Parts: sequence; C-alpha cells; structure tokens
Amino acid sequence: MQLIPCPWCGPREEAEFHYGGQAHVAYPEDPSALTDEEWAQYVFFRENPSGPFAERWSHSAGCRRWFNAVRDTRTHDLLAVYRAGEPMPEVTS
Amino acid sequence: MTAEPTSPLAGWTDRLAALAPALIVAERPYRSQLTVRVSDPDAVAAMGSALGVAFPPVPCTFSAGSGPFGDVEVLWLGPDEFLVVAPPGLQTEIEEVLRGALGSHRGSVVDTSAQRTTVVLEGPHVRDVLAHGCSVDLHPSSAPTGTCVQTLLARTGIVLQVTGADTFTVLVRSSFAEYLAAWLSDACVEYGVAS
Repeated sequence: MQLIPCPWCGPREEAEFHYGGQAHVAYPEDPSALTDEEWAQYVFFRENPSGPFAERWSHSAGCRRWFNAVRDTRTHDLLAVYRAGEPMPEVTS
Repeated sequence: MTAEPTSPLAGWTDRLAALAPALIVAERPYRSQLTVRVSDPDAVAAMGSALGVAFPPVPCTFSAGSGPFGDVEVLWLGPDEFLVVAPPGLQTEIEEVLRGALGSHRGSVVDTSAQRTTVVLEGPHVRDVLAHGCSVDLHPSSAPTGTCVQTLLARTGIVLQVTGADTFTVLVRSSFAEYLAAWLSDACVEYGVAS
C-alpha cells in the first residue's frame, strides 16, 4: 500500500484517492475557434513522459478536494504535492 | 400522529453490547447534523459565535462547546466544509440561525441529519480494533484528542473523531451502519469476544 500525502489531510492510503490525469491542461480560451484537430488534441492527447509527470488527484474518501502531484512514472514516487491553483514546484528526480 | 423513528442500528443494540469489555459500543442516533460550506472568515466567525462554538481553524480537527443549542461539535471536513453536530431535533432551528449568520456571503447550510448515524467506541482495544480496517495512524502522538478525519474503515467511508484517550466517535452513513456493526463484531473476536 502506498501512502499519498494529501496537501490538506496528510499521508493517506492510495485507496482513498482517485486519479485525474495530466494536470495543467488549460481549457481553450475560445473553444468555438478550434479546428477539429485542435479540439482532439485538447480532449484526447496527453503527455506520456518517462520521469516526473504533473497529475491531478482527488482525495475522494477524505476531504474530497482536487490537488496536483508530481509523480515519477518510472518509480511511482510522489515527488511533490501542491494545492489546486498553486504553480508546479521545482522537482529533482 | 407520527410514527416512532427507527435508528439504523436499532437491531444491533444487544449484539454490540455483547462486545464489552473488549469494546464498548453505543449508538447515538438522530443527532442533528448540518453540512456547512463557507470560506469567508467573517461568516465563519459569525456562525461560530451563533453556535457558541468557534469553527475549527486547523484541518483534520474538530471543536466542541456549549451554546444556545446545548453541546455542539463542529467538524472540519474540508477547507471550506464543516459538519455541525448537535443534540437531536434541533436541525431546523440551527439551520435558520446559521443561514442568518451566513448572510449575503457565499455558502450553504444543508440539513444532513439522516445521512449518518453516530457510533461511540471506547475500551482498551479500541485502537487495535480500528487498525484492522483503518490505515490512519491513530497513535496518540499523531492523532491526539481533537482529531477528526474522514477516511475508510473496512472500505466504508467514515468520519472519525478522537474524543478522549481511548474514546472514538465514528459517523457512518446510515445504509452502511449495519455492515460496519457486523465488521466490528468480527474484528473484536480475537479480543476475547464470543463469535
């Protein structure tokens, strides 16, 4: 069992959390101006790095808040967690 | 004429009482519960003074005190979410008072009294029993009296309050209460309770 440190509640077991995909994917400023290809890029295409990856997580069985986490996709180590709206911190993997 | 209410664990009173002395379990049904969503500090302070109990400023804690509605507890559920718990039958009055204190600030006060029932657990083995199904560190050094966490106990969502040295209060959804009572009975077997 892995512990995930919720920025509000502290370390909790991962069964309390839900995964929300890549973080910092901004909604298009003018969605109606997008071509089909650009819309597909926004909806379906995500990074798939080997290394640190900023992701959204929800502490769904606890405080029910969304937050962001930087996870190393090679080791599953959580390098940093930060609250929604805060900038992504510098991480060293 | 109104029918007598039946609490979620009414059928479990005897079986839960049989867990003593390993675990002393008692349901406290029908308590008034209101979910409050508010983030403005002035509104939080106004609601606290209306209840006579200041809202908990620190995450994962609860505050308790006495005021015009008797003994009231305010539980931290999230950064802008609280649960006000009061004696039975006061939900309508408290809802009105809290809505008045909220004023024009953004937020909500919702009566959720029927959502959860309360189970009080005490006894020398209470931490051992909870550890069978709860991953939160409940050692007094990391969960002192006054701690209030939302977590999973045996895969059931609960609100867990540390109310004393060996005393815990569990708020569990009414439809999960019988499952949790059955799980508690099973978890107590190794502490000298006849199965």
